[in-house]
Amino acid sequence: MMETQNLESSLAGTQPDYHYPPYVSSVLRSPRMPLVVLPQALLHCDGPVFGHGLIGAFDHDLTAQHPGEPIGERITVHGRVMDEDGRPVRNALIEVWQANAAGRYRHKSDQSQMPLDPNFSGAGRTMTDAEGRYMFRTIKPGPYPWKNHYNAWRPAHIHFSLFGAGILSRLITQMYFPGDPLQPFDPIFNSIADESARNRLVSRFDMDRSEPDRALAFSFDIVLRGALETHFDTPFERQAR
Amino acid sequence: MRSIPSGSQTVGPFFRIGLEHLCAQDASGEADVARTVRVRGRVLDGKGVPVPDALLEVWHADAEGRYSRVEPPEPGRPTCFARAATDDEGSFCFAISRPGAILCGAEEKQASHVAVLVFARGLLRHLMTRMYFPGEPANAEDAVLRLVPEHRRGTLIARENPQRPGELEWNVVLQGNEETVFFAW
Ligand SMILES: [Fe+3]
Repeated sequence: MMETQNLESSLAGTQPDYHYPPYVSSVLRSPRMPLVVLPQALLHCDGPVFGHGLIGAFDHDLTAQHPGEPIGERITVHGRVMDEDGRPVRNALIEVWQANAAGRYRHKSDQSQMPLDPNFSGAGRTMTDAEGRYMFRTIKPGPYPWKNHYNAWRPAHIHFSLFGAGILSRLITQMYFPGDPLQPFDPIFNSIADESARNRLVSRFDMDRSEPDRALAFSFDIVLRGALETHFDTPFERQAR
Repeated sequence: MRSIPSGSQTVGPFFRIGLEHLCAQDASGEADVARTVRVRGRVLDGKGVPVPDALLEVWHADAEGRYSRVEPPEPGRPTCFARAATDDEGSFCFAISRPGAILCGAEEKQASHVAVLVFARGLLRHLMTRMYFPGEPANAEDAVLRLVPEHRRGTLIARENPQRPGELEWNVVLQGNEETVFFAW
């Protein structure tokens, strides 16, 4: 059937709902009227193209952006960006931002009591190579308190923003760390109802890529939607909500 | 077997750290000053309260209605793209080069418009909407506007700003009676 496939109907549970009351900020900021399904034939063909000139020499190394070294566990984060058919997404712009090792963001709205680190800004960017691979050097971010509910703490995470082949591919997500005891309590992480989809946001500890005397490695692969989809017989058809 | 796309998560309140480098108030490098359009507006929540931590991304076509696929000039900033964050009053401003009418592989022509992605603390997934230009006869024939219930179409069309001639005004209302039309994709 040539019914339009969109995330609402085909991927239920693998993407969060807009209205998700355990995440209190979603309650007044989520649309309540029905979304209008946009047929893919009417979508934008292409997205912005980012040149390598956008990326500075230390943009992928968040430990090397200041005269001194930041405090914290040194880590590398690497992975592949692929589309739904397993093809690498080349020259994809990835932007990341994170808290420092104490769980504090360098941002005027972060009024927590945790210390700032003069040697850590917490922002990075890079582009994927011909195989869709990327790598960042950074320090492991700390968990941090927030005001969602009593004694609320975000599990350690790194924010990721990605551009793929077009407007369908745009993704902002968060990468989590394996074995973090805060994950079961976090409404943002648990807004993805499908357990396996949720757990794909948890990076994998990668001993093989860890660098002796320097850094532990975590691997985090990302799947973006393709550009315009040509086939409609997706194997993960699910009931529309 | 196709892979399921990675799950979306909110941009959170601190996105400026990572995303502000591409925020620009002006369509820098736009050769055609006459085509530059400045748009101001506010992002409002379900109680009409301004949202001070929202980010808009504007994706649009060029004057000929094409999307740029060429490597941009140094320092690598893309064309046909703008990013603007809201301030403490929930206000945003972006300037773009006005796109032409779009013929995008479909037989149906679309009126000149920009696609707008909305990110904010509280949005677990970004929203997609569109802004059309006022006084365009082509709006009446636009294939996407015709999918929208008539009484809601106005939320997608900017207004001339009488206080600031030459500027457009367009708000993004996340929820409520005046809710902006958002698309599923
Ligand atoms: Fe965060």
